[in-house]
Amino acid sequence: MSQLVFDPAKVMNIDYTQRTEYLEGLEAIQAAHKVLKEITYTPSLPDKGYTNRTLYVNVDTLEITEKPVTQQMKDVFIGGRGFGLYHLWNAVKPTTRWNDPENEIIISPGPVAGMTQYAGTGKSLVVSLSPQTDIPIDSNVGGFFGPLLKFSGFDALELQGKSDKDIILFIDGVKGIIRIEEAPTDPVDSHVLAEVLTHMYAENEADLPNISVVSTGAAAEHSLIGMLNFSFYDRRRGCVRFKQAGRGGIGTVFRNKRIRALVCRGPVVKGNLNHPADPETIARTGIKYHKEIRENDGTQCMMRRNGTAHIVEIMDAYDLLPVHNFQFGSHPDVHRIDSAYWQQRCTQATVDGCWYGCSMACAKGADGLVLKTGPYQGHMVTVDGPEYENAAGLGSNCGVFDPDALLELNFYCDTYGICTITYGTLTAFIMECYQRGILNKERTGGLEMTWGNFEADLEMMHQMARGEGFGKIAGLGVKKMKEHFIQQGWGDPQLINDIGMENKGLEYSQYMSKESLAQQGGYALTNKGPQHDEAWLIFMDMVNKQLPTFEDKAEALYYFPLFRTWFGLNGFCKLPWNDVVPADNASQPEPQKVPEHVQNYVDLFTATTGIRITKEDLIMQSARVYNFQRVFNIRMGKGLRLHDAAPYRSLGPVTREEYESRAERYDKQIVDEMGLDPVGKTTEEKMALHREWRTGRFSKLMDAVYTRRGWTLDGVPTLDRLKELGLDAFPGVVEVVKQHLS
Amino acid sequence: MIQVNEEPLDWHEGMTVRDVLRARNYRFPMLIIHVGGALIPKQDYDTATIPDGAVVKVIHLISGG
Repeated sequence: MSQLVFDPAKVMNIDYTQRTEYLEGLEAIQAAHKVLKEITYTPSLPDKGYTNRTLYVNVDTLEITEKPVTQQMKDVFIGGRGFGLYHLWNAVKPTTRWNDPENEIIISPGPVAGMTQYAGTGKSLVVSLSPQTDIPIDSNVGGFFGPLLKFSGFDALELQGKSDKDIILFIDGVKGIIRIEEAPTDPVDSHVLAEVLTHMYAENEADLPNISVVSTGAAAEHSLIGMLNFSFYDRRRGCVRFKQAGRGGIGTVFRNKRIRALVCRGPVVKGNLNHPADPETIARTGIKYHKEIRENDGTQCMMRRNGTAHIVEIMDAYDLLPVHNFQFGSHPDVHRIDSAYWQQRCTQATVDGCWYGCSMACAKGADGLVLKTGPYQGHMVTVDGPEYENAAGLGSNCGVFDPDALLELNFYCDTYGICTITYGTLTAFIMECYQRGILNKERTGGLEMTWGNFEADLEMMHQMARGEGFGKIAGLGVKKMKEHFIQQGWGDPQLINDIGMENKGLEYSQYMSKESLAQQGGYALTNKGPQHDEAWLIFMDMVNKQLPTFEDKAEALYYFPLFRTWFGLNGFCKLPWNDVVPADNASQPEPQKVPEHVQNYVDLFTATTGIRITKEDLIMQSARVYNFQRVFNIRMGKGLRLHDAAPYRSLGPVTREEYESRAERYDKQIVDEMGLDPVGKTTEEKMALHREWRTGRFSKLMDAVYTRRGWTLDGVPTLDRLKELGLDAFPGVVEVVKQHLS
Repeated sequence: MIQVNEEPLDWHEGMTVRDVLRARNYRFPMLIIHVGGALIPKQDYDTATIPDGAVVKVIHLISGG
C-alpha cells in the first residue's frame, strides 16, 4: 500500500486564465438565428424534489407541450433513468430504430438532483435508443443542465422528431420562455459552441453560471458513437467546462435530429430550491458527510486532489489496467500517465466540482495545452480530466504513454463529441488488428495504427470528425467493424470476434475482467452493455476471494447492479458512495456496501420526497426499473441469453503472447481449478483447456445470476417476478415476456 | 507460512502487516485487514506482527468504477 503525497512545489507553472477565446463572431452568429417557435410558460420550483410536470418538444412539428408527472411514474419509475425509460417505452414501437423520428432523447435529473447540501447531487440521466445497440441506452452525466432544467420547472425533457434544419432549443426558466431557433451558422464543435452560447444567452457576466448548454461535435454527424457534453461555467477559470453523457451514441441521435444545442437558463442556485420535505435532516446528513471527506479523503483515495485518475497506478499494480486491447494488465511506462504526473499537470489551485456543494470535487482540469494537430492547431485549451477511463482507454489500452498526446486525444474526443471510453476500446481493437495483419496500411488508407502511434490515432479521430477515410469506418464501433472486416475476408473470424471487446454492440470500459468471473458477469450481464456502472466486483472476487461460489457471485450481481441503478433514478453520483468511507467502516457489517452511506441515501430520499423508505425499499425501487429495462430490451428484439454473450478476450487469454506472459498463473489454474497437469502440453493445448473451463464457468454464472434475478435461464423475467415488482400492471409488459415463456 | 486471502505467503520472524502488503504489492489505500479474525487498525500496520500460520484477510473496498 502506498499513499501518494501531494507536493505543491512540483505543480507546473501554468497560467490557467490564458486560453484561446471564441467570442469574436458571437453577434453575427446570433443575428443569423431565426425564431421558429416561442411559447411562454409559468416557471416553478420543485416541491419535495418534483416539479410534477415534464416538457415535450417535437423538433419536426415544433410542438411544445407540458405533461403531468403521474403518481404511477413516481411510484414505479422514481425519476432520472426511470422517467427516461417510461417516456421512451411510450414513444417507440418494437420496430423503431435509432434514426426514426419517433425515437426520443430524454433528459431527467431525478428528485434528489439539485440538492446542494450533499456531495454528488447534480446528475441527470440521458436515455435514447442507441445507434450502437438498438436497445435503450442510459448515460449518467454531471454538469448543470439537469438541475437547472428542474429549477426551471421540469422533471424531464423529451425530444422527439427530426428537424430539417439545425436548431437550438432555449429554455429560460427565469422569464418563462421556451424557444426553438434556427441556428444556421453556429459553430459545430462543443468547446467553441458552448462558449459562444453561454455568453449569448447569459444576460450579463453574473448570469454566466446560470447557463448550461448541451451539445456535441463534428464526429457525432459521421459516426455512431457520438457523445453529449453538458456544460458548467467554471467561475475560477472563467471558462465553460463539460461533463459527458458518453455511452451508446446519444450524440449521434442528437445530430440526426439536427439539434445543434439545448440551452437552459435557470435561476440563481440556492440551497433551498428543491424544497425538500425535511431540510434539517438533509443539512445534518450533508454536514456529517463533508466532515468525513475533509478528515478521511487525504488518507484514502485523495479524490479531491487526484480525481478518478488516482487508480491508474493501482490498476497497474493489480494487473487490471488494460494494455494493448485488454491483452495485458500492466505496463512499465504507466508512471508517465499516473496520478503522480497528473498532480503536476492539472492546475489545482483549488478543488473542482461539477455541481454546487460537492465536497468530493473530483472534476479536474489540465490547463494550458497547446494543440499540435487538427482544426484547432496552435490553440491553447483547458482539457477536462483526464479521468481514469480516459487515461486507461486513450492511453495504456492503445500503448499511448505520452501525456500531452493523451490530453490532446481527450480534448478532441470531447469537442468532437466522441465517447472517450468507446474511442479507446475501438482504437485498441484497430491497433491489435493492425498488429496481427487483419489491417494494414493499405486497408487503413495510410494510417500506421501501431501501438502508441498517437499521430495516426489523432489523424483517425480527425477523419472521423470529417466523415472521411478509415476514421469513418472506425466510427461505426467495434461490432460493425468486426462484421466489416470479416465480410472483407481480412482475417480469421474467430480471432476477430474474440478480440473485439464489445457486448450488445457497446464497447467495454477500461478494466481487465479475465481473472474475475464476477466482473465478467458485471460487464456482460447488464442491461445496456459493458459499462462498469452496474457492478465493479474485481476486488471482492479476484483479490479478496469474498465470492467463492456461483451463488455468492450471483448475489453480488443481484445487489450491486440494483443498488447502483438507484443513483441514476435520483440524480446522485456514484463516487461519494464508496470513494471515501467513514473512519469506523471497517467495523461495520458488510463494509464493502459502506452501510453508513447507504443509510445516508435512505435518509436523503426520505427527507427530500417525504416518502419514508428503508434500504430494502431502495433495492426494490431499482428492481422495478431494472426489470422494466430488461423487458424493454426484449421488446426491441434483444435482452435474451444470447445477447449477454461475452467476447472471449474478456474471459481469458486469446493469444499465445497473452498466455505466455502470465504462464505461471494460467498453468497453476490448470492444476488447481481443472485438476490437470500442464507439463508436456503445448501452449495451444493449454489455451484450449482454459477456453473450455472459462466459457463453461461463465455459462454456469449466467444460470446462477438469472435464477437470482428471478429470470428464466434464457434471461427473461418470470411472471412471478413481474408480479412481485408490480410491473404486471404496466401496459404491454406481460405481453412482451409471454412470447418467451413456455 | 501464512495464508493471505487464501493464498500462501512465506513467513519470517517479526513480519508485520506492512510487510504483507509490500510482499503482495497491495497498494490500494482503502483496506480492511484481519489477522486471525482480529481487526488491525490502520495506524498499527507498521507495528502489528503476524504469527506463523496466521490467516490474514486483506479486504479491498470496492472503489473503482
